Amino acid sequence: MLTPIAELGVARALGALSVSAPEAASGYAPPVVDMAGPWWIGLIPFLPMLGLLLATACAIGGVKSKLPAWLTVGCLAASFAATVLAFFQLNGLPGGGAQVTVWWEWFGLAWGEGEGQRLSANFGFYMDNLTCLWMLFVTGLATMIALYASEYMSHDVGLGYCRFFAAFNLFVFSMSCLVMGDNLLLLFLGWEGVGLCSYLLIGYFYQKPAAVAAAKKAFIVNRIGDLGLVLGVLLTFVHFGTIEYAELFGSDKLVGYLAAIEAGNVDEVPLIAQMIPVLLMIGAFGKSAQLPLYVWLPDAMEGPTPVSALIHAATMVTAGVYLIARMFPVFLLSEWALPVVAWVGALTALLAATIGMAQFDIKRIMAYSTVSQLGYMFCGLAALTSVGGAFHVLTHAFFKATLFLACGAVMHGFAGQLDLRKLSGLSKVPGWRIVSIAMLVGCLNLAGFPFTAGYFSKDMILAESFITPGMAPIGWILLLTAGLTAYYTFRVFFRVFVGPVHYEPGDEHHGDDHGDDDHAHDGHGDGGFHPHAPGWAINLVLAVLAAASIAAAGLYFLGDKGGWVAGMIKDSTAYYPGFAAFTAEAVAHGGEEHAAHGTFLGMDPHKVMYYVSAVVGFVGIGIAAFLHGPKGLGGLLLGGRRRADVSRADGVAAKMGPIPAMAQGKWFVDEFYQFVVVGPLRFFALVFSLIDRLLVDGLVAMFGWLPRWIGGALRPSQSGVLHGYAVGMAGGVVVLLVILALMVFREPADPDADRRDAELIEFESSRVLDRGGPEWTTDADPVEAGAGADLAAQAAVEPPVMGSGS
Amino acid sequence: MESLAGTLTFAQSAMPDAFQPTTLAHYLFVSAAMFIIGLIGFLARRNLIIMFLCTELMFQAAGLALIAFSRYYLEHTGQTFVVFVLTVAAAEAALALALVVLLFRTRDSLDADLWDEMKG
Repeated sequence: MLTPIAELGVARALGALSVSAPEAASGYAPPVVDMAGPWWIGLIPFLPMLGLLLATACAIGGVKSKLPAWLTVGCLAASFAATVLAFFQLNGLPGGGAQVTVWWEWFGLAWGEGEGQRLSANFGFYMDNLTCLWMLFVTGLATMIALYASEYMSHDVGLGYCRFFAAFNLFVFSMSCLVMGDNLLLLFLGWEGVGLCSYLLIGYFYQKPAAVAAAKKAFIVNRIGDLGLVLGVLLTFVHFGTIEYAELFGSDKLVGYLAAIEAGNVDEVPLIAQMIPVLLMIGAFGKSAQLPLYVWLPDAMEGPTPVSALIHAATMVTAGVYLIARMFPVFLLSEWALPVVAWVGALTALLAATIGMAQFDIKRIMAYSTVSQLGYMFCGLAALTSVGGAFHVLTHAFFKATLFLACGAVMHGFAGQLDLRKLSGLSKVPGWRIVSIAMLVGCLNLAGFPFTAGYFSKDMILAESFITPGMAPIGWILLLTAGLTAYYTFRVFFRVFVGPVHYEPGDEHHGDDHGDDDHAHDGHGDGGFHPHAPGWAINLVLAVLAAASIAAAGLYFLGDKGGWVAGMIKDSTAYYPGFAAFTAEAVAHGGEEHAAHGTFLGMDPHKVMYYVSAVVGFVGIGIAAFLHGPKGLGGLLLGGRRRADVSRADGVAAKMGPIPAMAQGKWFVDEFYQFVVVGPLRFFALVFSLIDRLLVDGLVAMFGWLPRWIGGALRPSQSGVLHGYAVGMAGGVVVLLVILALMVFREPADPDADRRDAELIEFESSRVLDRGGPEWTTDADPVEAGAGADLAAQAAVEPPVMGSGS
Repeated sequence: MESLAGTLTFAQSAMPDAFQPTTLAHYLFVSAAMFIIGLIGFLARRNLIIMFLCTELMFQAAGLALIAFSRYYLEHTGQTFVVFVLTVAAAEAALALALVVLLFRTRDSLDADLWDEMKG
């Protein structure tokens, strides 16, 4: 049962890109699919669905306690347990294998016997190692974040609390459908479902105009990407005749195309098949917030922080990465799809990092950092190291959730304060130790500090970028971005968590648990304002996630080279050793992969990248410490900050001219879109609405108004006076008589009338002349005249004499 | 018109003036005269009873024309029809006079122009 792919599984890993010729020849093998997976796999998505129903029931029942949170945590924990069970059960399968569990038949349409005339999409779940990897962190993080949210959302206990957890459960259900669905239609259902939940949860504070606007923006921008996804799915069906993974990955067409590409005959792949990855890619860019569709994600931070952590950092935004990883064989069909993905990812990573450097809102900084790290993941996929991409997704999920939740704890405790100029030295405030440590762990991961999980995963992507021929510029961009990332990450840490203690409350000050009502709203210093230290749930979750972020580094050393994630990915369809050197350049070199093996300044990227990225990270952290660190050990002896709102960076920024202001203004991309896209669309909307209101509605209204106008015009004729009507009637009769006279007695219809009139006149005048007198009688023979026949005939009938008959 | 005129001249020419028989034209002339008188009376007068009588006059004018034609064509349909018309007219006269009395009682006047509530 062992497939070739399993045997080759270890061939390509970090530091060992020595793909031998026979391996390269057998790069793609369809996955072995077991169509009779265990039924309980379906519990993974449907337990959150149960949670949704329970939360809804709580809302209907008017529950005013934390019950919905505990129900949600319970359902999600059970779902996580089922995922773990599925993972161990899946381990027994041969490598590259997959299980399909069908719960019920969803679509089964057939309009013919031929190929491609049957559309079938089941509510079934495709479980392979890629799915399992994703589901492990989705359900695991969802459980932890639900626990966190039980405390974070506690000021909303009641209907809002139920609403939050209902949407939360619906999100996990949708995400599970997206990841586990065994066909593209179910993936699409989940895709739209997570989009809906994202919309609902961003707009959770629906009385806040900014939140509503952000929710709409997220929804609409995602629609643009979704159009690409829909078209891609449709095209997949049109071309391959199926949208089920099991059939698609094993279809003769796909296997044939991949074999042709491997042989260097890229031309054998028809254009329509090459279009599929391009369209799917657009969908991925929308959902995963890449250029040019990234603008919705920073605004999405208007939602509650647990939502930002789960949906907009850890899980939903990685759906685009998942889509590409899942459809990886299809993405190999186009020469252009993966390079475009790489360039978009790299440019997004750089752009978002530069914006993140200039922001002051710590949650926004994390949002831009997410956009930037997603760019890394795309580059990872595009550099044909889906292992690196997937590993970065996993580590990023943990450390970014940690970072967001730590920011959320700050926001929760300091009445919505997120401005890093108004917070300082929080680690010294009582009760904030765990939050500070979790933040430090997250920052170290994000900055790529040596031996953290983020360091290893980022490294893998960087090294592979330099190795892959033609992608060296992308490698340099990513390396630069890594330095910027380290800087902006530790900018937050040095400003907010160390240094002199200073804090000002934000504007969302709500009554807290301490019971003292004399909180001052003066917003200056800490007199009168008591920060609200996080409770056990937040601290527990932060501790667990920080520990998980550290532990994730250990995954790198598990199993074969490349770590545990590499083992998982290599056993799925997202990885093909045979395509290691699949680029235009490699093909041009006639398959001599080694000749095209890229280097980093002449050195082997795999060996040297560890040091290079570590140095880049240290430089970034050092600059952050110098510019933002406080005096003393807190700033690593480099800094000199004495106040919360002033640092050396202000002086540097002043010397850089307009650049910092532009970066803080997000390079005015939003304004540019407003001008180029939104403005014209609004103009057209105005024109169309005017056409609708004036022309269409006007026509309809006209038919209502017309009888009214006519009636109004004719109304005076109804005087109510009897004589008026009588005169009208008599006049009407006269008019009718005149018309009758004109029509009947003139006999215009008779073409011979004129001729006969002339003959009659001639006849009569002749008679008058003949008799020599005016008296003419009827004794003349009318027949002799001929032409006057009808007149004569009438006259000839002897009239009955009235009154003489009886 | 011409045929009618022809008939008239025929009748006139056939006999001496003093013994000219009454022809259809005479009846129609009387009928038309009655109708015109009724119409003018209806339009010119404002007294409800007079107006009602004028309508009766027009009615009878039409009846006369019907009988004249009936005799002229030796058909009984017209006469039968007139009997019906007279019956209906009698009933209608009773109804209309009752209405006139009622109207008179409400306004103490027979002026038709006083009733203009149906003005549009």
